[in-house]
Amino acid sequence: MTRYIRRAAAFCLLLILALLVNASRIQVFQADEYGANAANRRGVIARYDQPRGDILVGGRPVTGSKDTGQQLRFERTYKNGPLYAPITGFASQVYGTTFLEAAEDRLLAGTSPLLSPLPLWEDFTRAQQPGGAVHTTIEPSVQQAAYDGLAGKQGAVAALDPATGRILALVSTPSYDPELLSGNERSVARNWQRLNGAPSKPMLNRAIRQTYPPGSAFKVVTAAAALDAGVITDVDARTKSPSPYRLPGTTTDLVNDARGCDDASLRDAFLFSCNTVFAKLGVEVGLGGMAGTAMRFGFNDGSLRIPSPVARSNFDTSMDKAQLALSSIGQYDTTATPLQMAMVAAAVANGGDLRAPYLVERTTDAAGNAIGTAASQSLRQTFNPGTATLLRELMVGVVEKGTGSNAAIPGAVVGGKTGTAQHGVGNSGLPYAWFISWAQAEGSPVPGVAVAVVVEDAAADRADISGGGIAGPVAREVMAAALRVPSA
Amino acid sequence: MTGTGMTGAAADVKSVTGRPEAPLPAVRVPRRRGTELALLVLAVLLSVYGYLAVGLAKYDAIPPGAAGYGAGLGLLALVAHLAVRLRAPCADPLLLPIAVLLNGLGLVLIYRLDQETPQHEAALAQLVWSTVGVALFIVAVLLLRDHRVLQRYAYLCVVGALVLLVVPILFPAVNGARIWIRVDGFSIQPAEFAKVLLAIFFAAYLAANRSALAYTGRRIWRLQLPTGRVLGPIVAIWLTSVGVLILERDLGTSLLFFGLFVILLYVATGRTGWIAVGLLLAGFGAFAVGTLEPHVHRRVEDWLHPFASIDAGEGPNQLAQSLFAFASGGLLGTGLGDGHSILIGFAAKSDFILATAGEELGLAGLSAIFLLYAVLVARGCRAGLALRDPFGRLLAIGLASILALQVFVIAGGVTGLIPLTGMAMPFLAQGGSSVVTNWLIVALLIRVSDSARSLPPDAYGEDGA
Repeated sequence: MTRYIRRAAAFCLLLILALLVNASRIQVFQADEYGANAANRRGVIARYDQPRGDILVGGRPVTGSKDTGQQLRFERTYKNGPLYAPITGFASQVYGTTFLEAAEDRLLAGTSPLLSPLPLWEDFTRAQQPGGAVHTTIEPSVQQAAYDGLAGKQGAVAALDPATGRILALVSTPSYDPELLSGNERSVARNWQRLNGAPSKPMLNRAIRQTYPPGSAFKVVTAAAALDAGVITDVDARTKSPSPYRLPGTTTDLVNDARGCDDASLRDAFLFSCNTVFAKLGVEVGLGGMAGTAMRFGFNDGSLRIPSPVARSNFDTSMDKAQLALSSIGQYDTTATPLQMAMVAAAVANGGDLRAPYLVERTTDAAGNAIGTAASQSLRQTFNPGTATLLRELMVGVVEKGTGSNAAIPGAVVGGKTGTAQHGVGNSGLPYAWFISWAQAEGSPVPGVAVAVVVEDAAADRADISGGGIAGPVAREVMAAALRVPSA
Repeated sequence: MTGTGMTGAAADVKSVTGRPEAPLPAVRVPRRRGTELALLVLAVLLSVYGYLAVGLAKYDAIPPGAAGYGAGLGLLALVAHLAVRLRAPCADPLLLPIAVLLNGLGLVLIYRLDQETPQHEAALAQLVWSTVGVALFIVAVLLLRDHRVLQRYAYLCVVGALVLLVVPILFPAVNGARIWIRVDGFSIQPAEFAKVLLAIFFAAYLAANRSALAYTGRRIWRLQLPTGRVLGPIVAIWLTSVGVLILERDLGTSLLFFGLFVILLYVATGRTGWIAVGLLLAGFGAFAVGTLEPHVHRRVEDWLHPFASIDAGEGPNQLAQSLFAFASGGLLGTGLGDGHSILIGFAAKSDFILATAGEELGLAGLSAIFLLYAVLVARGCRAGLALRDPFGRLLAIGLASILALQVFVIAGGVTGLIPLTGMAMPFLAQGGSSVVTNWLIVALLIRVSDSARSLPPDAYGEDGA
């Protein structure tokens, strides 16, 4: 019997050995696979287990965290949420993250390997790093000026430092408080539905995610293309431009809202925003030249990140001449984000050197040690420096004696371009009012700010005046705030 | 370690006298009660440490009940130790400390899970049941002076076992299994007790009839079939219990009874053929039940495809959650109180308690727990080896097999090694009937090990194998 007892005992112990082997299989060899399974909630629990790092504007956090004591423990709070929503985006337990909250998520959540001084050791101890901080390039006063300027309107503002590409303001109105989406209470789902269902689309980041037909504001690009291509060699020479201008190959006549556009010089055409002159110029430059210049400004580039992705602005690369003529005055299929149009103004202000726009000045760990610092970099040389000088003259003229007089700031050189874009089926919608501009403070060697303002549904009788009349004052306030000078 | 000394001493005695039937010389057998006491202190301290670790991890504070918990567990251990010292002074000194450590650890794990379910606290009830278990342990150790007495009650045991198995059929099913008796919010699982009674009966019957089973009857091919008169009753009882359990959908326990029977039959007769027949029958039975019975079929499907419900968009099922918990524990675990095994859901404190151990103590802690069970089983088998009466030997091996099979069935189920069948991890899982029964098993093991270690070799002198 002893032998059989021994065998039975061996069998029992073999069973337990099998358990040990199987446990090793799960806990060592398949641990990573199971841990990465999307249905495993441990990842998301760990993610909300500690306060999220902060996003800072002007050195002050515009975000916070509150401890709810629930399974997904820390919820995001926002200070001045609607003002900074286009920058921060939201960080929601239910709906994920957007904008900087998404782009810098790993840093903010503390999972970025950059935060670990001893990555292997921390893998072993399972230590969790506190979230790092994201310092933005936003100037609070500029942001506030833009937000106040758009109060009550539907629109967006993008402001850049032309010399570096730093983004000084990104505003989209109407806005919303991202805190409404933090947490997993039932109210979050209600808020989500309400915000998504609202006709004014408060969650749409109009500054970087929405494209509009740029209208006459696009004439800066057309002018640059014409000067670069040598189609215009003297801005004061009269052009052979009929008014109205019959679109090539069609029986459609293009008219002007302004008078004095017959054979107007480039300077005058820019000043009065003559559609006929620029439509004809675009056709003369040709599709290749127009598209090339537009693309050097940043059109047709869907890969731009600030680090949040920026919607692609469009200039068609295959059109007939009539379509090219319309595209050259910012109509037809030409569309641009407000940030793209701010880049156009910035490129002019910076002598044709287009700097890559960026929103994050530096990132630090929780203790304040630097992890990453932004470096200004040139995106492209957009056009010849000689062309830049002329374009600046043209834009200054618009503010000094043209359609953009509303943007003038005492004691500063301001260049601008108005725009009013028709849209809707048969242009039935109220036009979009545009103003793009840059400003150089007295005594300053270079322009300090470039701005694009778009106001949707701008009621206006005369197209180009509406850009200057509605969007211009907003741009003026933004530029004054950026230059730290009184606006009037 | 302690047992080796004991066996060595016994061997010496034999060689000195040269005659097995000689009276016991005045050689003092090391009893190792001091070792037991030291190990008990260690077991209680480990459990209290675990309790404190949970509190510190969850609230950065020592839990308010720490002193009471430590005192309660310590008192239980001490009283049990005194009973052993008094009535089973030669018992294996590892059995009681392992039982106390496992029970203490179980209480810690349940307390830990209570922190996630403030509406359903179970640790206190489990402590009360543990007290009942220890009380039963003490009563058994004090009253049962000689395990051979149980042999007389073999038929009483089998009647009792069958009654306990049948009664739950009259009560409504809980979570798909008809294994509970519920009166007034107070529930017990009678099959738990039945397994001890059945082990006693199997051991007694096989001890009495083992020669007839092994050597009489017809021989078919290489298989010696015993006469129906000898084999009939025991097969009938075994089939009845397994059948009843299948009716009640208590598959874990039916698997346990099946294994127990095959092991004991093998040990009693030494016929390998029985194992083959047993495995064949088990295979047929398992296939039939797994294919035909929807409840079991689903379990088998879950075992084969634990993540099917995720792919179907229904979220992870209990088994998948359990696997996630084990995986999350990794080598060293998250630490007590820092895991998320509560995601498993309603059975987290009972059937799936091992997942919490796996997640928060890691492979290291889980291996330690498995090894504790292994030592418990090994010491039970060892007592069986040292005993000289066939009933005692079969009883010891039967009780040890119950523990081993039960650990294998439930731990194998929650780790995806075999299809999941509802069962309680001995001493760890929430469940009054289970903890009380396991204390009874340990009491019987203490009793047989005391006999094995206190008596000179061949004192019962009837088994030569």
